[in-house]
Amino acid sequence: MTTPVLDVRGLAFAYPDGHQALFGVDLHVHRGERVALLGPNGAGKTTLVLHLNGIHLAGAGSVTVSGLPVTKANIKEIRRRVGIVFQDPDDQLFMGTVREDVAFGPANLGLRGSALDAKVTEALAKVGMEDFADRPPHHLSFGQRRRVAVATVLAMDPEILVLDEPSSNLDPASRRELADILRDLDVTVLMVTHDLPYALELCDRSVILDGGIVAAEGRTVDVLSNADLMCAHRLELPFGFDPVAAAATL
Amino acid sequence: MPAHLKVVALVGFMLVVVATPREWFAAYAFFLAVLVTVGAVARVRPGWVLKRMVVETPFVVFALLMPFIAQGPRVDVLGLSLSESGLLSAWGLLAKGTLGVIAGLLLAATTTPQELVRGLERLRMPEQLVQIMAFMVRYLEVVTDEMRRMAVARASRGFEARNPLHWPVLARSVGALFIRSFERGERVHLAMVSRGYTGRMPR
Repeated sequence: MTTPVLDVRGLAFAYPDGHQALFGVDLHVHRGERVALLGPNGAGKTTLVLHLNGIHLAGAGSVTVSGLPVTKANIKEIRRRVGIVFQDPDDQLFMGTVREDVAFGPANLGLRGSALDAKVTEALAKVGMEDFADRPPHHLSFGQRRRVAVATVLAMDPEILVLDEPSSNLDPASRRELADILRDLDVTVLMVTHDLPYALELCDRSVILDGGIVAAEGRTVDVLSNADLMCAHRLELPFGFDPVAAAATL
Repeated sequence: MPAHLKVVALVGFMLVVVATPREWFAAYAFFLAVLVTVGAVARVRPGWVLKRMVVETPFVVFALLMPFIAQGPRVDVLGLSLSESGLLSAWGLLAKGTLGVIAGLLLAATTTPQELVRGLERLRMPEQLVQIMAFMVRYLEVVTDEMRRMAVARASRGFEARNPLHWPVLARSVGALFIRSFERGERVHLAMVSRGYTGRMPR
């Protein structure tokens, strides 16, 4: 099999205060896959995500992105390869205009002039926000800001897009629009979410993280329809949602 | 007009105004005429400027007091005995202050905060200061929004700040707001670092 885009092996990590969050996580994501990372609050999902681009460095075990290990020396290339979209777009968008914000990442990679402009326009077009390039981010709606946040990361040509709760706080229409955008992107995706129907809609495979380890993984429809497994990890489907019936309509 | 030229013009104008002796009344009329012309060319509504001139009020109060409290020879105006030097000082303070406020407001009316920050950057203001100002501009609305939501949440639980006994609650709210802003600062930094930020803005 080809080198996985994301290869996490035996990853363990404790915070400086001694609180251990990860106890040996194994996770592989292959090119072109969309994988959902599920799990209750406090399962270590965010901690895991912050290992993927070297904000945290592995206490034990390893994280490899397309064959390149996440270490201090590789940090710049790793952060280009792994694009993280954080949950609150206000944390991610901090420049005066949308254009500058999308340009921030590629400019940090050394892109300048017309190549930079082209990259910005391309990234904004992918999320359908090219008409808003000169607006200040805080004048956009929440859904628009979320889409721009995705563009800020796409502009860096990542090999894997990591989304932290992409559907949170979106109204149903914005939620569906974002799903359409994500489905059309030609990029590998790891999506952290509590929104299980969203995971089913977008991701073939799901991984359950609980208690700092990967507790289960499999086809999303199988995971969601396994009532015992779901209950054991504090996962619950929305009222009346039938994953098997929903999967049949995909 | 580029923002950095406007800033230079404002500072230059103010230095000239402050350096002009207060007895040169004609010069002040000329300064005011300059500002009115600039305002007219830039199509700034006079009402917009007048409303915002309220910030000058404390200086006006102080200026009005000066003729009463200053020493020296006195003159009679409308039956009040006023100090001559006090009157002159009051005129100087009022004239210079008002010109400064109008000039500043004209800059504010014709320049967005983003342009202003970029102008200061072009004037070689230290990069860290420019970055701090840019972040302030960006997050002012987010933080005031958060503050408003906290106030609504307080009021929804029947809280009204009517007397000093309620101040501890307000103090705790400010504390909570500070911590939330601080944590947001950390998250913003994290998001920046994730996109390759190393301490300098790319240019």
